[in-house]
Amino acid sequence: MPFDYMTYLREEKLPHMWCPGCGIGIVVKAMIHTFTDLEWDPSDIAIISGIGCTSRAPGYMDMNTLHTTHGRALSFATGIKMHRHDKHVVVIAGDGDMSAIGGNHLIHAARRNININVIVNNNNIYGMTGGQYSPTTPLGAKAATAPYGNLEPSFDLVELVKGAGASFVARGHVGNGRQLNTILKKAFDHKGFSFVEVVSNCHTQFGRRNKMADPMNMISWISDRAKPMKKFEALSDEDKTRCFPVGVIHEDVSRPEYTETYQELIDSLNNGN
Amino acid sequence: MSVRLEKVALTGNQALAHAVRMAKTQVVAAYPITPQTSVVETIAEFCAKGEMDAHFIQTESEHSSMSACIGASMTGARTFTATSSQGLALMHEMLHWAVGARTPIVLGEVNRALAAPWTILSDQSDSMAQRDTGWMQFYCGNNQEVFDTALLAFKLCEAVLLPAMVVLDAFVLSHSVEGVLLPHQELVNQYLPLRETLAKLDPDEPHAFGGMMFPDVFMEQRFKIEESMDIARGVIMECATEWDALTGRLLKPLHCYHTEDAEYIVMCLGTAFGAAMQAVDQLRSKGIKAGAIRMWQYRPFPTQELIDTIPDTSSLAVVDRAVSFGCGGPVGTETKAIFSGNNQVKVYNYIAGLGGREIRSSSFEKVFSGMMENTASQNKINWLEVRQ
Ligand code: SF4
Repeated sequence: MPFDYMTYLREEKLPHMWCPGCGIGIVVKAMIHTFTDLEWDPSDIAIISGIGCTSRAPGYMDMNTLHTTHGRALSFATGIKMHRHDKHVVVIAGDGDMSAIGGNHLIHAARRNININVIVNNNNIYGMTGGQYSPTTPLGAKAATAPYGNLEPSFDLVELVKGAGASFVARGHVGNGRQLNTILKKAFDHKGFSFVEVVSNCHTQFGRRNKMADPMNMISWISDRAKPMKKFEALSDEDKTRCFPVGVIHEDVSRPEYTETYQELIDSLNNGN
Repeated sequence: MSVRLEKVALTGNQALAHAVRMAKTQVVAAYPITPQTSVVETIAEFCAKGEMDAHFIQTESEHSSMSACIGASMTGARTFTATSSQGLALMHEMLHWAVGARTPIVLGEVNRALAAPWTILSDQSDSMAQRDTGWMQFYCGNNQEVFDTALLAFKLCEAVLLPAMVVLDAFVLSHSVEGVLLPHQELVNQYLPLRETLAKLDPDEPHAFGGMMFPDVFMEQRFKIEESMDIARGVIMECATEWDALTGRLLKPLHCYHTEDAEYIVMCLGTAFGAAMQAVDQLRSKGIKAGAIRMWQYRPFPTQELIDTIPDTSSLAVVDRAVSFGCGGPVGTETKAIFSGNNQVKVYNYIAGLGGREIRSSSFEKVFSGMMENTASQNKINWLEVRQ
């Protein structure tokens, strides 16, 4: 039997608005496979997004969806999770949305270790507004607001979120959907704040300005640089600057989850302890 | 000096960027948002090509953009930012701060409706919601006016030490190309010399800013802002007259069309004016004394100009593209207040064109018939062309 995507998609909203070959489709596909593998009922999932090309994803997904303001998806999600901690709360965002305007919310959600699953489609650019450089645009890369190359050093999102205290941090990429599916399964299963960066392609806004206007060229550029952790560690320092490690980067099951700790406090106060 | 002008095909956003370039702006801080983005993209390109000697900062949010602008302005730099809708709303805290700190920042504001629900299309709810911040506001009717207003805004702001918004409709102006006359740089230099200010962060003469003010002086600080708003009324006229003498183009608080003898007048802000004038022509051809007004200067509110313009015994319908829920349209409510002691002028308030809904000449014809046939209410908000 062919795989049934429609359980999780709103057919009437298709076709989608993304450019042909855009990496976001691969991320959505991996998400749907993960929901299916974990047998999550769509009615039990709340998927929250902010603003940007990536944030259009919930619009196509047939579950509880909330398309919020730029950068604030995690704040909305925190409110949802605090009141309905029995449900799955997933946030999907782009790099600009999550690490520029929403950067503050990202580090604080990670610090609290609240059980929210965050997926960041990192295509190194603001796609929707026309290709301005984002906090993950590589140094020297061209963008609409950096026609002669970006002068600002970029964030390593995985290290940032790990440093902020997230208990699960991983990285995948759009060149390997199956691996992404495996990573997402682990992330969604994890109790506590989980963060998955997906290195992705925006050939339209990033690639076009950086000699990779063809989506396949850009996906190959990404795939060639993706190395499993062990292989990455064996690389020379120089090679490390060009490549990035993929897989589960950090996992800590010992940290208490925020909504549980909170509930314990309520219970103990109710019991008069 | 040569005053030869060069006519260039520009969108409203590009016209704004050219004004910022020719004003020799020194710092620009902004964050991307549709439909503003091409303003700062064009500026970033001017900076990168060396056509503009400015520092461009792409910040991590609009709140940070305005904060960076205030910082830059306090060092004495001529400073600009541009935004729209949610971005302006996010700046709100800092808009108040910019006024209190007396920083003459110019902001390009591309009108776009506020969420939820999401839309990227135009109405004036975003800028109208900032009317109490102390920013001066000018609503443009075409791309030439965008260019002229931006230059006037720099001159004005630096004279009265208040910031100003140059407001333009999303897409209808921001992304539509029109012929815009660009003056020679020398002419702009003459009109707008480099900024000079004594009140700044200056290592040679250190000052403290942003301190605490107790009740014994706080109100006086606020009174000073209001006083500057009043002074601005005169300065706007002076700046406009000077620009008119140099270019032959006069910016006016109110643009009037057949109002002198009018019995029925519609008033709006921004590009809807074209449709309003069409409706006036239509009615005039039938012998009805109709007129139309476009309000360019919204803050400071052109109170006296309105009193002088509206003929006695006429009816005036203010068509707002924003609503203060539970009260009425911002411009309509304020206009009603002016004429509240005048029993001869009847003021009506209509809400129209929200979220990008088009206001056509036929829409204005309905407004005129509402006044003429007495079907419009003077006490309630009249929602135009809305399914109820
Ligand atoms: S602009 Fe970039 S991110 Fe947006 S849909 Fe196109 S390829 Fe994808």
